[in-house]
Amino acid sequence: MITFSKQQLKTPRYLRDVYLVTGGNSEFRRAFPEKRTEELCIEALQEACDYINTSPQELKKYVHSCYYGHFADHFGDQLLGEAVIHDRLGLDPLGNVGIKTGGATGGSTLWEAAKAVASGYSDCVLAMGWERMDEVPTDEGNNYISCAADKDWETPLGHIYTGYYAVMAQRYWQIFGKEEESFRRTMAEIAVKNRGYACHNPFAQAPMKITVDDVLNSPVVAYPLRALDCCLMSVGAGCAILADKETAYALTDTPQLIYVTAGSHTLRVADRRDMEIPLLPNEKEGQYDDLEKEFPGGGRYPGFTSFLAARMCAYYAYHMAGIKDPTEDLDLVELHDAFTISDIQTYEDIGIRPYGRGRTYVESGECYHTNPQTNAPGKLPANLSGGLIGCMHGVGATGIMQTIECMYHLHGRHAEIHGDELRWERFDKRKPDDWQDLQVEGANRALAISHAGVGSHVTATIVVDPDHRLDK
Amino acid sequence: MSYSVDVVENRYRLRGEFHTIEPNQPIRNEAGELCGVTNPRRLVHTHSYGGESEFFSGLAEGRLLGTRCENADCEVGYQSIFIPFRIHCPDCLQRTVTVDLTEVANRTATVHSFMITERTGAFNTLEKPIKFINIEFEGVCTILMSYLLRGEPAIGDRVVPIFATVNPTYTILDLAWVPEGTDPGELPEGFTFSK
Repeated sequence: MITFSKQQLKTPRYLRDVYLVTGGNSEFRRAFPEKRTEELCIEALQEACDYINTSPQELKKYVHSCYYGHFADHFGDQLLGEAVIHDRLGLDPLGNVGIKTGGATGGSTLWEAAKAVASGYSDCVLAMGWERMDEVPTDEGNNYISCAADKDWETPLGHIYTGYYAVMAQRYWQIFGKEEESFRRTMAEIAVKNRGYACHNPFAQAPMKITVDDVLNSPVVAYPLRALDCCLMSVGAGCAILADKETAYALTDTPQLIYVTAGSHTLRVADRRDMEIPLLPNEKEGQYDDLEKEFPGGGRYPGFTSFLAARMCAYYAYHMAGIKDPTEDLDLVELHDAFTISDIQTYEDIGIRPYGRGRTYVESGECYHTNPQTNAPGKLPANLSGGLIGCMHGVGATGIMQTIECMYHLHGRHAEIHGDELRWERFDKRKPDDWQDLQVEGANRALAISHAGVGSHVTATIVVDPDHRLDK
Repeated sequence: MSYSVDVVENRYRLRGEFHTIEPNQPIRNEAGELCGVTNPRRLVHTHSYGGESEFFSGLAEGRLLGTRCENADCEVGYQSIFIPFRIHCPDCLQRTVTVDLTEVANRTATVHSFMITERTGAFNTLEKPIKFINIEFEGVCTILMSYLLRGEPAIGDRVVPIFATVNPTYTILDLAWVPEGTDPGELPEGFTFSK
């Protein structure tokens, strides 16, 4: 679809407010050879219970229906894995459903769960996501992932999804990045930042203290992307409990409002047709009239340089939550940094920066917890969890992990969760001597973006302190 | 495994062996404790091309086929030409008509983007490095993904299609590209220019 009707652009509306009550994550690793998936899911649920001082037994009494995000059945060699987990969580005979939207599965799981509460079908629901990517060798894993592309038109081409993605990176690199060394270093800076933040997160899979030169000297995966530009492949689980107002306040004194929206675009990048750029609330008519002139080749939208699905879910989410300008109205973001370059593309798609100017978000220092240029707090810190590059990409769990990290900040409990010595020990890790509290002071609103493949599905999840809502 | 598949009276007729069973093995940790097992198997899927069949048979004949929406009531897609081949117009969902794009490709195909990669997944049959290219055509609203078999890719380069007409696989791999002006003697074995 390249034109929209009024009905299609309607602001999504819940029939009643939906609250994020609690949530939790398991530890994330490349492999858990001595743990079953259900152990990781129960670990995540226990974290959610501990967070609001309750027990699984008590919390389950409130749950009315369940939403399970698990993308790749074939990795785990178990169809209906959702039913296995549902049973192991002891939630039979409640209704449950599995959700699969590639890399956006975690976000889509929250989307479905939120709608169940918003509609009145359920007063309290469980959204649980996980992924099991450690039970086949890496090249077979690459083949499995490539099966998420079109099996007739794309998968036979190398059976390597990274390649289908990388052609987009190449186009962005040449058109908007102008193949500049400075742009390449900006990309690398994202990898340094996110892996560095992961050092302060006990849940994270790949904390690393690295430099821009380390990234630039890492092996080429698909030029200009190098190994340290790329996200992780992870095993782990995350969960969230959503509820209506009455139930939420029965479970905790501090629930947060949650808004979840979704967009989509063609599975094959090949099928993207030229269209006008849909504008976000902070953009103006005519703003992109000179885009082609300024960035020759950049006038085709979304072309290979942008993600329409991300733009659309942001469009819906900002209107739904009353966000006029993401940089002004949000306090932190957790973005889907599958690759450093796609992170930059997302800044533009969701309106943090205009199209063609994504790099300035990093170069200004405003994406940091503490702006390295001014030593003042970053205007809109991004991926303090470490993101997909430093913390995890456990597909079905990813969008949930991001949202739970946002929740910690809004509660002012980042240090309590990430600095707890016992948690580091439980994960068989040593808390760094220079561990840093990355709490965003006074955070009231946050956004998480969950993104599938080359942009077939993207969700936006906004969590808001009820005293700082902007939609009323 | 030895097998064959054909369709008789609108039903698959499967003959031969479609899976093999191999014994599993235990997985143990350093202490010798059991952690899990392997689950080996080899199997063959069948798959229908349905309305796209003519595209894949066209490749084996050295022709590049696309489709066009010819529904004059279609508000957006009327006269739009699609490749990848779309059986139905994405806007009005009316059945499209097949158009031969071979000449258009020979005359106008250019590289929109590209990527060179040494990394592949299991079951890859292409020679490495793979040079992915995305191809624009005059008058076509989509951008086809394929691969370059000669030369180095660059955005804006003119390329022409070549086809695995000698021993076709009847997959998308039967279509590849070379720079415009490539000598027929330089084509990879089994590939020819359009017929």
